[in-house]
Amino acid sequence: MKVITANFVTCAVKECKTSPASFPLHFNDAELEQQELDFQPEFIRNVLPRIDWEALRTISNELGFPTLPDSKPEGEALDNEQTLKDLHRLLLETHVTEGKLTCGNCGHSYMIKEGIANFLLPSHLGEEYHLFLNNIIPHALFTQIASQIDTPGLGTGF
Amino acid sequence: MDYLVRFAQLHETFRRPELEACATLAGVSIEIIAYNEYSPYCVVRLPNEAAARAVAKRSILVKDIFELWGEGTNYEELHADVRRRTHGRWNDYIAVPFKFTIDYFAGTRNTVQKGEIIRSFSYMGFKGPIRLSNPDEEFFVMEEYVDDVEVSILGTTRTGDPRKIYLSRKIADSCREAVLKYDLKKRRYISTTSMDAELSLITANMALAAPGKLFFDPFVGTGSFIVAASHFGALTLGADIDGRSFRGKESGKLGIYENFDQYGIKSKFLDTFTSDLTNTPLQRTAVLDGIVCDPPYGVREGLRVLGNRRGKPAVNVIIDGIPAYLRPGFIPPKKPYGFEALQNDVLNFAVRSLVPNGRLSMWMPTTNDEKTEFPVPMHENLEIISISVQNFNTWARRLITYRRLPEGELSDISLARKNIDDQGTSADALNAFRRVHMLPGHGTRVGKDQKTAE
Repeated sequence: MKVITANFVTCAVKECKTSPASFPLHFNDAELEQQELDFQPEFIRNVLPRIDWEALRTISNELGFPTLPDSKPEGEALDNEQTLKDLHRLLLETHVTEGKLTCGNCGHSYMIKEGIANFLLPSHLGEEYHLFLNNIIPHALFTQIASQIDTPGLGTGF
Repeated sequence: MDYLVRFAQLHETFRRPELEACATLAGVSIEIIAYNEYSPYCVVRLPNEAAARAVAKRSILVKDIFELWGEGTNYEELHADVRRRTHGRWNDYIAVPFKFTIDYFAGTRNTVQKGEIIRSFSYMGFKGPIRLSNPDEEFFVMEEYVDDVEVSILGTTRTGDPRKIYLSRKIADSCREAVLKYDLKKRRYISTTSMDAELSLITANMALAAPGKLFFDPFVGTGSFIVAASHFGALTLGADIDGRSFRGKESGKLGIYENFDQYGIKSKFLDTFTSDLTNTPLQRTAVLDGIVCDPPYGVREGLRVLGNRRGKPAVNVIIDGIPAYLRPGFIPPKKPYGFEALQNDVLNFAVRSLVPNGRLSMWMPTTNDEKTEFPVPMHENLEIISISVQNFNTWARRLITYRRLPEGELSDISLARKNIDDQGTSADALNAFRRVHMLPGHGTRVGKDQKTAE
């Protein structure tokens, strides 16, 4: 997963999307790789306004890169080729091959394997998860009730 | 200036919208003067030759583009029109190496007749050497006859003479050769549901894929659409509910990436990830320039999203003290999903994630059966740009292209369907298309199913 993609994704749990703590997802145990790609300044210029700069600074720090400037390069700064090349290197050429992305709101971790993140939610984090999240039932009870309803070992909905 | 477009004679309902999309991409205005779906020739008005080149260069269904020198329903009219339009320009071509070609649609001429036709233009006085290969200028006489298809569908009378004749000067070829380059037969990584190269490229054109843009396919599969969008220069992202579809079987190799590698467009590939559109990890902000997709509509596979079947409670199963979903090999449960509910989810997703004027190009199946009609899904924040149809025997599929309207503009959706089929428990109950085409006693499977039932 490239850094640019990490800047566009948040927790897949619907309830988390409204919480500021869910973005950006936090990298753990990330293994990094650099891959050289054609420099495409028009893409950087087009996409930069859509990048959440604060989130990018957080991601960049968590991956162990030097701290980014306080504010997003805009206007004339985008004519500076070195600035665009640095962004190209961070956003497009840096990718996480193995690791986890964790939501700061619900704590769920998404695995990254061979560069591919898996955002599928286990069933209890799907549409009915709000029962737990909205404190209608505590997690322990939720798990307990759940395990009594279904026969352990069979799984659900196969 | 008037130009003559020579189309490929197939996918007729895609031709005009694609041509218009190419003009939008080139940033020029185009006016279609004469178009007939039963003919490959189409007259358009464009500002200048550079515009004509730019439009043709991006089109898949255009074969080539010409400067129109004259037209008529017979040679007398044609010659008169040629004199009127181009009399003052003949001198410019007096010494240029040139070639005359006769092109005909649904008709033919023998060598003697061809010679006569070419000689009938001698009044233009070209003295340049005739050069059959690599001429500096190539002039085309195009004869359009009435085609058998038009005779059988519209009942037009066919005569021995051409219905329309054009004289034109060739300007440029299109990028139609990309269809061969991206041929599925030669592609490294494909599956049974891969969209063919031509329609994928057309889809990318309709959605205005171009350098610098960010494109996404939420049902990426083996990546036909994002490969096509990246061919035109867009950087692409893909997602699929089943990671195996883009990953492939060979370990250590990412199937979809092999395709980008094969075509030399690795730098255009961003990422693929496993996710479900109803619980997408993409942020709720406008970041995409285009969405291209062929949602799984249950022709080959039933629709599924993550979740439990209605009535079954959500549970967190514990096996040997570890929650099942944390164990290796966990397969999240999926539930059947409605045909229209899915389409609406795609539209809602597009409204949230497209930048203003960004485009969604989505395929959907429909039927040729007039009794059952599948309405075009609509959304007030999306303007329908075009609807094209590809017909099969008992069913058809259409490509619908939408534009994300900027805030403050709304489209008229009073004709849109109100109730959505998200209630039900089986794939068939949820999917009108599947009911019509896949169940016993319907559509293509009639014979076989009746046998089984007995």
